[in-house]
Amino acid sequence: MQASNNLWRFRGVTPTAMLAFVYLYLPIVVLVVLSFNANRIATLWTGFSFDWYLKVMDNDNILRATKNSLIIACGATVLATSFATMAALAMAGRRFRGQAFINAMLGLPLLVPEIVTAVASLLFFLALGLDLGLMTVLIAHTVFCIPFAYLPIRARLEGLDPRLAEAAADLYAGPFATFRRVTLPLILPGVLSGAMLAFIVSLDDFVITFFVAGAGATTLPVYIFGLIRMGITPEVNAVSALMLLVSIAFVALSYWMGQRKS
Amino acid sequence: MSLDPQRRLRRKLLLAPTTLTLLLFMVLPMLLMAWMSVLAPDTYGGVRWHEWSLDAYVQFLYERDLDDSLTLNSDYLQIFGRSFLLAGFATVVTLLIGFPTALYIALKEEKTRQRLILLISIPFWTNLLVRTYAWMLLLRNGGLIDSSLSALGLSQGALDVLYTPTAVAIGFVYSFLPFMVLPIYTSLEKMDWRLVEAAFDLGANRWQALRRVILPLAMPGIVAGCLLVFIPAIGSYYIPELLGGGKSLMIGNLIQNQFGTARNWPFGAALSFMLLALVLLAMGVYTRRFQRPPGE
Repeated sequence: MQASNNLWRFRGVTPTAMLAFVYLYLPIVVLVVLSFNANRIATLWTGFSFDWYLKVMDNDNILRATKNSLIIACGATVLATSFATMAALAMAGRRFRGQAFINAMLGLPLLVPEIVTAVASLLFFLALGLDLGLMTVLIAHTVFCIPFAYLPIRARLEGLDPRLAEAAADLYAGPFATFRRVTLPLILPGVLSGAMLAFIVSLDDFVITFFVAGAGATTLPVYIFGLIRMGITPEVNAVSALMLLVSIAFVALSYWMGQRKS
Repeated sequence: MSLDPQRRLRRKLLLAPTTLTLLLFMVLPMLLMAWMSVLAPDTYGGVRWHEWSLDAYVQFLYERDLDDSLTLNSDYLQIFGRSFLLAGFATVVTLLIGFPTALYIALKEEKTRQRLILLISIPFWTNLLVRTYAWMLLLRNGGLIDSSLSALGLSQGALDVLYTPTAVAIGFVYSFLPFMVLPIYTSLEKMDWRLVEAAFDLGANRWQALRRVILPLAMPGIVAGCLLVFIPAIGSYYIPELLGGGKSLMIGNLIQNQFGTARNWPFGAALSFMLLALVLLAMGVYTRRFQRPPGE
């Protein structure tokens, strides 16, 4: 479109953009390549090997941390997505008093620096006398996952024709039947995309988990952080590469769901 | 058509889980944290609930000598200053790289644009800790950058970049670049490009069109991007920890220390509260400046 016109070529824009893309992907590519390195010294390439992945799969601590991560991510996703769907439905109707306040509150987990949320949650749990563990992590994750689930659902609802729900009501569908048979199928791509973002955000979180996890609820990022602090090894490369690939797969999938028009 | 009570009740029930969760586990903890920052610390961690004390804030600026007199201590101020400097530097550099990148994407065809935006969002959503670790592989002595530079004869001896503020800055720019590109792209995408054409028709050159038309219209995106880079950077904990070693302590690391080794909860809470206040102040200025309803 515009690019065909010579006037639209700003000097330096194309090389800068190319540089930005290389910059963004260079570390990812290097990490994945090195995770297949046969050498014990993690950054010296000597040949292809799958060994480190096998070692990772055989490591009980990693498996336990992965299990914790999955339990928490699944729990937080279900809770955050159902809460967010309900809230989005309520917020979509006509304006009401207190709506601005709820909107501001929904923005808080995105706005407040992670370390502040982490500290505040830690102090709160300790003041309540709760034991730090899977439960406290699940609560904290649900809180910061709500906005991530909410935004795509809200966007989807905004594009919806309100006459569809009205038509269902005219045909004597109750509120629940209308939701199940009309609204939900229409917003499903948004709900799924929101759920996937919540899942990936929970799976990837480090800072908040690090503070509220206690000893028994180590998740994969917290475990990886411990490994990294001890040094660079081929096992860390392999487990990091796995983590990265899972995230990329989820983002691509979520993007694809969001793009689908009904 | 007014809302009947039944519908109003339904709306309340729908909102209840989210509102209660956020009030109880987000708003209340923040208030508790602010409160704890003005309590006295207990000797073995924790706080004395009934003892008010401004010590945490005094400790930020002063050191208590043996004879109980206060002397000015700039250690913590220096850490705040360093955090500001590094986060500000990251903001400026991501803007210098991010704006041209967003412009490049915005000027492409629709299909290409979507693909390029996906390429920008993938690192945005992938594990930051793991991506930070990848930079350790690149930056360490004997790592990829070090060995290729010496193979090309461009450097003598070890590079010694890892565990310096430079490494932290590289990590920041890398990690937060998508946070800058995405909002700028959003505002450029919504822009009416005919305005730029009009500027060209009226004899503006490219530089003038960029400065007088495109930049002002992209301003909301630019400011949003700056906040999205600055806020996570200033509170960042593990990027300085992993790439900076012990030498580039930032606010985030200082806060963590208060709950880890130092066991001084009120001081940790006070530091967190000051960080939060800074961020809210920045947000307030942004909202006032850029979110006014049109016509005001």
